[in-house]
Amino acid sequence: MSLDMDMQEIHAVFFEESAEGLDAMEAGLLGLSPGRDNDPEIINTIFRAAHSIKGGAATFGFLAISNFTHGVETLLDQVRSNERVVTDELIEVWLASVDAIRDMLACLQDNADIDPMAVADLQKQIDELLQGDSAKPEDDDVEEESEAATAGLWRIHFAPHEEVLKTGNEPSRIFRELKELGELTVVATLSSAVEFDALDPEHCHTAWDLELRGEVTQAAIEEAFDWVSGQCELTIEQVGGHSATPSAPSAAMPAAASAQMPAETKSEAKSAAPAAAKPASNGNSNKDSGSIRVSIDKIDSLLNLVGELVITQSMLARFGDGEGGANTQGLRDGLMVLERHTRELQESAMQIRMLPIGASFSRFKRLVRDISSKLGKKVELKLSGENTELDKTVLEKMSDPLVHLVRNSLDHGIEMPDVRKAAGKPETGTLHLSAYHEGGNIVIQVEDDGAGLNKERILAKAVERGLISASDQLTDDQIHNLIFQAGFSTADQVSDLSGRGVGMDVVRRNITDLGGRIDVQSKPGKGSTLKIRLPLTLAILDGQLVAVGNDVYIFSLLSIVETVLVFPSEVSGLVGKGSVYRLRDEYIPVIRLSDAFRLNNKLQPKTYLEREGELLVVVESDGKKMGLFVDELLDQQQVVIKSLEENYMPVQGLAGATILGDGNVALIIDVPSLVHNMDFNSGGNAEKSDAA
Amino acid sequence: MSSDNMANANVDLLHADTNQFLTFMLNGEEYGVEILRVQGIQGWDTVTPIPKAPEYVLGVMNLRGAIVPIIDLRKRFHMESIPFGPTTVIIVVKVENSDKSRTIGMVVDAVSEVYRLDENLVQPLPEFGGNISTDFIKGLSTVDEKMLILLDIDRLISIRDVEGEAAKLAAQAS
Repeated sequence: MSLDMDMQEIHAVFFEESAEGLDAMEAGLLGLSPGRDNDPEIINTIFRAAHSIKGGAATFGFLAISNFTHGVETLLDQVRSNERVVTDELIEVWLASVDAIRDMLACLQDNADIDPMAVADLQKQIDELLQGDSAKPEDDDVEEESEAATAGLWRIHFAPHEEVLKTGNEPSRIFRELKELGELTVVATLSSAVEFDALDPEHCHTAWDLELRGEVTQAAIEEAFDWVSGQCELTIEQVGGHSATPSAPSAAMPAAASAQMPAETKSEAKSAAPAAAKPASNGNSNKDSGSIRVSIDKIDSLLNLVGELVITQSMLARFGDGEGGANTQGLRDGLMVLERHTRELQESAMQIRMLPIGASFSRFKRLVRDISSKLGKKVELKLSGENTELDKTVLEKMSDPLVHLVRNSLDHGIEMPDVRKAAGKPETGTLHLSAYHEGGNIVIQVEDDGAGLNKERILAKAVERGLISASDQLTDDQIHNLIFQAGFSTADQVSDLSGRGVGMDVVRRNITDLGGRIDVQSKPGKGSTLKIRLPLTLAILDGQLVAVGNDVYIFSLLSIVETVLVFPSEVSGLVGKGSVYRLRDEYIPVIRLSDAFRLNNKLQPKTYLEREGELLVVVESDGKKMGLFVDELLDQQQVVIKSLEENYMPVQGLAGATILGDGNVALIIDVPSLVHNMDFNSGGNAEKSDAA
Repeated sequence: MSSDNMANANVDLLHADTNQFLTFMLNGEEYGVEILRVQGIQGWDTVTPIPKAPEYVLGVMNLRGAIVPIIDLRKRFHMESIPFGPTTVIIVVKVENSDKSRTIGMVVDAVSEVYRLDENLVQPLPEFGGNISTDFIKGLSTVDEKMLILLDIDRLISIRDVEGEAAKLAAQAS
């Protein structure tokens, strides 16, 4: 029925709003400091967010979320009304709760069941906090109240399984413990007793009905049965006073769930939380990539442009249909206008995909806080350029590498407070995340004022790993950039956070996949700076068109260093296979593009050694240069990148294809892959390495 | 038998077991592909060759904004190549592989007819021994006493195959 559809849409809105609410909560919480002098507006913001999540969840029947959020909200309310002081513990609990709610929402979004055990620990913590001042329990708080101590009569039915005695549990000991809580009457029932012949003295066939009178909490009773949980049938109900048996899942669940899950419940609950978080984050990213929130301004400017385009079109139509033949001057002018509009339209259409990096940055507040407290370091996170806009795909793909870089800086870069003090630096380290435009690129920078890279250790490691030879003379920058080599890690001890040696090369690969590059600069004792350069967008590229034979290929303008006219005498063979060209004081490998791609060139083969002069396009990737001979340089233009993979398959050395103005397809050269994967030893058949 | 059945089939247009097939000529033989897979037919145009592609992949071409690989069926079947003439066309088909569907163009000598065939009357291929690779042939059918070879295009142009060929070529080259 359509109702289902509608509900799903409404749910989607709820999920989206809750996600925003949680972000707001998190941001607010990170702005809180222990004590009473917090900006009430922050508390109010957090409270409002929690309140609407609770309300929404209750409306849609997501009781697990609304019940859980209720506790969080109650705590917030107490702070709001100055009944409670913000403490570090409280902030921790709230932050953990935000994560927990986020996980639960993600579960719902994936149509998975919420695992109540995942939040059991946290729930308990919240309950304990609330109970701490249970002197004035909330009237509307049924759930908490059932946990709170009330004078009354508890009726307990306890029927242990047969094996209970074998596990070393003695029911009478439990009863003794209960007796300490209040006035206890015990009645044994023998309903499950067996014939004398079949009786095994090691089996327990007795069940007990107990009555406990006194100011006791359900939790206290449950605690007494902790050891036998999972080995018995246990019902605990309160008689008189509040007739209600535990209504909320929080109370019913532990008893019921622990009956199935014995002692490891607790540890499982702990591990369940991160486990639940994982699919959640996957699910989120999948869903995120499907839709995008666009500011109304961008849409408006797009609509304006489309409007102008329509006007231009009618103008062109009028000039074209003019009496006495077309008005050529008018047409020409109109075409120019059309060209401008088309370009603007393209730009503003691209703008839709652009998102400010701020959202991505603000996640690091939490990350830095968590990691630095874990490591016992003091770190201040500075953010700048949050409004820098980045293509959505780039933004998504950059998030993991950035997390890695930030972790690295925290783990290896910034020193412990005492070390910093000894070095004459402030105890609190600074981690500066910034984003800005530079040329046609976006630069994201991760800068710390830590110890900097240890040159000697990097060199030693690189020699040990055979990445360089001991006699190599390297500049400081070259040494620093060795950390991006595969399998390189100088961390003496692999820590929980980083240092597995899978990091930096993966980071670099992710970045080069996006058409960007990463550089590191470091000064010993002063800190290091990692600079990531990314193209503005993935879909459009500033291209240099070149002709090879009858075909047109496209280089990214960014990858071209220069184009030189080369005379045959300047190219030397190398071991009879490859060729090198001396570019000023540097020898660079050169290859014909047609050879690199093993094209059956329709033009007669002319080797560059025989020709008068050849065009050599010098390209660079990650500091490695190479030269590619082409037949002709054509236009420079922006091209839209289309996937080859969609209908064919990825081709090594090609980043994709594009459609030129004449409708033909031109292939876009993937310079990094050419530079890094070409095996120059095989000269003309340079793709030998492909097969390997 | 066939003409009677054909007549019946033509009357019973909505019969569940009938399918329309587009047929084309290749080296004097008539082949058929399910018409629902056919996205369009267009004249031969220049293609952009792709580096390191198997020989029968002529290149890629712009098909309404998508980059579509073009495959020469004669080369695919190891038939003798002929110069492309005025009847040479590209049949654009959708092929489904295990992971996804792709759009691909096949160069054939000429398009022929559209027939409605009863799937139940499609005969399996006779045994040829190991000499002829036949797994891309769905079966044989007869129309007006002519034999029609029905192709299973999913198997015919499997990208895995293309990748395999590419690997083989690369191996030869080294």
